[in-house]
Amino acid sequence: MDKFNDLSTEHLLALYRRMMLIRRFEERVYYLFLQGELPGTLHQCQGQEAVAVGVCDHLNYTDWITSTHRPHGHALAKGVSTESAMAELYGKVTGCCKGKGGSMHFGDPAVGMLPAIAIVGGGNSVVAGLGLAFKLRKTQQVAVCFFGEGATNEGAFHESINFAAVQKLPIVFVCENNLYGASTAYHAVSPVKDVADRAAAYNVPAQIVDGMDVLAVRAAAGDAIAAARAGQGPILLECKTYRFTGHSRSDARGYRTKTEEAEWLAKDPIPGLGNAMVAAGRISADNLTAVEDDVMRELDEAVEFARNSPDTTPEQALEDVLA
Amino acid sequence: MPVITYREAVVRALDEEMAHDENVIFFGEDVGKAGGVFKVTPGLYEKFGGDRVRDTPISENAIIGAGVGAAVTGLRPVVELMFADFAAVTLDQIINQAAKFRYMSGGQLKVPLTIRAAQGAGQGFGSQHSQCVEAWFMHAPGLKVVVPSTPADVVGLLKSSIRDDNPVVFLEHKSLYTEKGEVPDGPDFIIPLGVANVVRKGTDVTIVATQQMVKVSLKAAEELEKQGISCEVIDPRTLVPLDLETIVNSVKKTGRLITVEEALHAGGWGAEVATQVTEHAIWYLEGPVIRVTLGASIIPFSGPLEAFLLPDKDDVIKAVHRAMEP
Repeated sequence: MDKFNDLSTEHLLALYRRMMLIRRFEERVYYLFLQGELPGTLHQCQGQEAVAVGVCDHLNYTDWITSTHRPHGHALAKGVSTESAMAELYGKVTGCCKGKGGSMHFGDPAVGMLPAIAIVGGGNSVVAGLGLAFKLRKTQQVAVCFFGEGATNEGAFHESINFAAVQKLPIVFVCENNLYGASTAYHAVSPVKDVADRAAAYNVPAQIVDGMDVLAVRAAAGDAIAAARAGQGPILLECKTYRFTGHSRSDARGYRTKTEEAEWLAKDPIPGLGNAMVAAGRISADNLTAVEDDVMRELDEAVEFARNSPDTTPEQALEDVLA
Repeated sequence: MPVITYREAVVRALDEEMAHDENVIFFGEDVGKAGGVFKVTPGLYEKFGGDRVRDTPISENAIIGAGVGAAVTGLRPVVELMFADFAAVTLDQIINQAAKFRYMSGGQLKVPLTIRAAQGAGQGFGSQHSQCVEAWFMHAPGLKVVVPSTPADVVGLLKSSIRDDNPVVFLEHKSLYTEKGEVPDGPDFIIPLGVANVVRKGTDVTIVATQQMVKVSLKAAEELEKQGISCEVIDPRTLVPLDLETIVNSVKKTGRLITVEEALHAGGWGAEVATQVTEHAIWYLEGPVIRVTLGASIIPFSGPLEAFLLPDKDDVIKAVHRAMEP
């Protein structure tokens, strides 16, 4: 295998484009926020794109994911349309949740994404039921739970990984370890250095993955998802990653050193893949520029779509409470 | 009509629904071969097998979460929480996930999940195994809340709950498990959610009561009848949705309302019914609306203390007399 795991150039460019879409989406959204055009708050995932893209590259729409308060990357990686994601942030009826979910509850059942769960650890419990249903129906579907390292101090993490292990459910637990739960460093709140080690308590196989390398994530996720589909039970992947932004839009990141941030910025997964492809002669730098231009066009269209979409109407506040 | 116990009614409803729809699964702590700690669900494991009737770890959060996750895929899970008090361990899954998924997804998801649990006092189980918790869930839009008082209601309402496309909190009263009652035969018997039962007709006072307080209220009504006071006793059976119309129509006729509940005075369903009745029928009221409750305490272990707190026949009679004062 070559350094690209024998993936075609087309496939590599698709991975690159998906990561670029997430990065530029987050940047555009932040800009619109600062301009006062978008309400609420934001938890952004710049820096963590390789995890969402590397994992979701193996999933079909019939496979389901759960996500967190930081769901934009997961949504775009799983196939939620850019237009409906953007419209959701505008609170418009054309949003993926008709404007009722907003940033923290992005989701679209049609592509296999539950509304993101913004209670830390909440998705870890729900994913057990997805896995249980797939196992009972013998469908070969897989459920993936994205969660942060902070969630591993919630009881829900321990209950659900044990529940999944003892029933051999087809679940891949994907921990995005970005080192900080809001401002608190993981080492200050966990005596166990690596999240992966916690899986051993439940006899669940676990692997530490370079979450800044989309190909490494993709390779590890491919094995894990295949094993889950084959009925081997849950697996945990701990993807070491970093959010380039603060926890939320108001976080000035005083708890991190500039040196540490610079070290992680140097591992940026997007130029990481792009430059490697250019260096290997797979593509030219112009190809990367073209991809980025295409992404910017898609985002422009998404913003226009959202701006021009109808507002919610007051009576909709009372709809969808009960089926 | 066959006579069965409240306990047997639970297993009959589950058995019929599991036979009726292969999407119905049932899981919880000790519900498999053991048949439940209250011996409420024997035989289901043997009949439907370990795939559809599953024992779980003692992990309430994971149990409800698994119910939610299975429900959004189209299964109709019934999960048992054993004692209703344990719901406090997993309120996040019930209130933030089960109840809100439909709304947060803009109506794209359904969560046809039934959460069964045994609540209520009278057995000397102490403070953490005896409370009535229906009010917790009435404050979480997106949930339905069912509080059956008879074997027939258990069968009819549990079947409706399982067939409902919303998450339903189905609260059995553990002191009623040995109650006997007639239940219509046949798998088609069902009671829709949101229809109150007028248990006793009357003209002077409307008494609204649930679960074991229905029995208490009926005893009070018998005694009051001898005093020349005619009580109408209504069991709402489901608190969400609430059959307000039946209650309001009764109050319009009687002019007086007493609520009797085995729960706290402040913020209970009695407070809600009282308020709604004043909103809809205040000009029909001829006396104060009175709530009979267990006050502002916690269920204790000691028998005399527990008995003191629980509303009894005399408490209801006193309340009726107060309401009838000129």
